[in-house]
Amino acid sequence: MSDSDRDNETSFGSYGGQYVPEALMPALEELEDAYERYVLENEDGFMDDFRARMREFGGRPTPLQRADRLSERYDREVYLKREDLVHGGAHKLNNALGQVLLAKYMGKERIIAETGAGQHGTATAMAAAHLDMPCEIYMGRTDVNRQRPNVYRMRMNGSDVNPVDTGRGTLKEAINATLRDWSKSVETTHYVIGSVVGPHPFPKMVRDFQSVIGTEAREQIQEQAGRLPDSVLACAGGGSNTMGTFHAFVPDEDVGLYAVEAGGSTLEIDEERGIAPNSATLSTGTDGVLHGAMTKLLQSGDGQIMESHSVSAGLDYAGVGPELSYLVDIGRVTPVSVGDEAALEAFHRLSRLEGIIPALESSHALGYLERAAGPAADSASGQGPRAEADEDLGDLVVVNVSGRGDKDLETVLEETEKRDLEAAPDVEVFDR
Amino acid sequence: MSRERRAKRDSRNERAVSDRGERSARSASSGKRVATDGGTDSDIERAIRETHPALIAYITAGDPTLEETKAYVEALDRGGADLIELGLPFSEPIAEGPTIQAAINRSLEAGTTPDSFFELVDGLDVEAPLLVMTYYNMILQYGSEPAVEPFVERAAAAGLAGIIVPDLPAEESEPLREACENHGLDLVFIVAPTTDGERLETIMSQVSGFAYVQARLGTTGARADVSGATHDSLARLSEYSVPKAVGFGVSEGDHAAEIVEAGADGVIVGSALVDLIAEADEPAAALEAKAEELKRGAMRGAEDVPEPEQP
Repeated sequence: MSDSDRDNETSFGSYGGQYVPEALMPALEELEDAYERYVLENEDGFMDDFRARMREFGGRPTPLQRADRLSERYDREVYLKREDLVHGGAHKLNNALGQVLLAKYMGKERIIAETGAGQHGTATAMAAAHLDMPCEIYMGRTDVNRQRPNVYRMRMNGSDVNPVDTGRGTLKEAINATLRDWSKSVETTHYVIGSVVGPHPFPKMVRDFQSVIGTEAREQIQEQAGRLPDSVLACAGGGSNTMGTFHAFVPDEDVGLYAVEAGGSTLEIDEERGIAPNSATLSTGTDGVLHGAMTKLLQSGDGQIMESHSVSAGLDYAGVGPELSYLVDIGRVTPVSVGDEAALEAFHRLSRLEGIIPALESSHALGYLERAAGPAADSASGQGPRAEADEDLGDLVVVNVSGRGDKDLETVLEETEKRDLEAAPDVEVFDR
Repeated sequence: MSRERRAKRDSRNERAVSDRGERSARSASSGKRVATDGGTDSDIERAIRETHPALIAYITAGDPTLEETKAYVEALDRGGADLIELGLPFSEPIAEGPTIQAAINRSLEAGTTPDSFFELVDGLDVEAPLLVMTYYNMILQYGSEPAVEPFVERAAAAGLAGIIVPDLPAEESEPLREACENHGLDLVFIVAPTTDGERLETIMSQVSGFAYVQARLGTTGARADVSGATHDSLARLSEYSVPKAVGFGVSEGDHAAEIVEAGADGVIVGSALVDLIAEADEPAAALEAKAEELKRGAMRGAEDVPEPEQP
């Protein structure tokens, strides 16, 4: 194979690749082979098995729902892809079940995974219980302490949870710890990575397991609205729901694709302390190598990875999937960002107007809809007035609701109290 | 700079050979694995062949400060380290165990940067050739644009003889390999217990300086024994002429002896030294003594290698 053939296979333009310790390379080769045979070629009916399980165990297909009151508010047709209705409450199961099943077909004996807030960990633990595979989840100590219900869910499904004490004790450190486990256990163990990140073939494979979101939505919108949408919005942290939603629409050049990142408290970075108070990697990051791939990163000029921040733990990551970096570079995907406050407003707004409590991650996508299309164009409801919104979203918009927000209630209560939010309910019913 | 280092080392090696006495001098001229400088222009390969069996010492630069690193490098050099690897800290050291992770954190907290690292190396005056061990992103980000050339150029100017990058497999190494060739540096590759077949051939065709034989799966860190994988890996590599040095888990003179006896040309010790820096009352003296112990162990291993049969 020539170098350029290899590049096309393992990367997206200049992004992607396989920047991992040599000890892991044979496992990646084995995984590439399994991905090609089982996922791409449906060997032994793998994909049929996967789809049947996603139907019966996972609850697919999920609806594409016209959001009546949002449509009225924004004076256009707004449709919501309801990934919050997938078993477990988020799109995460699409990937977790796919990979645990693949590990089973590959004859692996053990599953490991990292988790940030616990969504990927709980999805992997459910999939491992469903498929009777031993499973260990690495989770930063800080996250363990602030996501106790998710830790308990994983334990109830029979997975071990290993707290990671290094660094700030969040997702980045959990990935490091899982990679270290894998470099020791690689011969018997499959690493179920939680997003479209990491070395080839993970970004492509995870995208393919998640692409059911966009494939369904594309059919559903044509059936229900009679045409393709003008724009599709999805939040972007690592980017698995983003790529899952966008993949089917990438060839539809007239469909605008908006990756909504976490703007956190500000887009300014504090280089001295190594802190980015946001996770807006596609919007503000620079090219570098992290966790096995060349991609856009939040990093210092020296190349040290920054501590990112978002009110939404699921978006709180200093890297992003390499394919998204590529699609942004070639102009196919537009990166935008929404801050903590606008996301919280959107969380409350959807809960109030549509009876759907969205995940804080998904609330970022909804926050961008408000900013670009909202009636309160000149208020402080977004990070900027409507005039500053980057693009015209058009008359028919699809927003991916990647997960449900029950998991976020504690954070939302705490963060809402600190702020004067327009859309927040009065909770004086509590005795303080 | 590197030429000066080489000259110093040559004079030290003469001393070392006479110190080691007759037996080891005989062993050093007896076999396929040792002796003649096969016309290599690699400082590292030459150092390993001339000091055979070589002791390769790793410490993290800037742990706990760069001033102390200077003293520690000099102590290791005095103690008998034949090559010294200096870790340039990266915030996400995925190949390291807890010991070196902690050293990297201490160094980052002390404010070590690539520039201050190179300034340290500029000021070092030791006989052992020096290598930098760091992660790929640190190399890419040096200079104004993401590219490998500026780092390699600066490394060469500082007198470094080689680079080891634990997260850069052969498949992704072409840009760095070319830059290293342009600037006369070696790019050392790691051979893992899982590496064989075509991969092994690819790596061995690209390696320069020495092959870093990873003794066991997992991360770096001192262990109580020598793994079975070490023997298997050395056997797989025996047909290749490039020097082989074994690391990951080596912590005692006896390990060094066993590894050299199994056919290695050198032993690499990191975490055991980093532990001394973190814990010893007088780290410099402790490092010097540990280097002596390890080097004696390695030489004992070379003595025990059976003489090849005369034709």
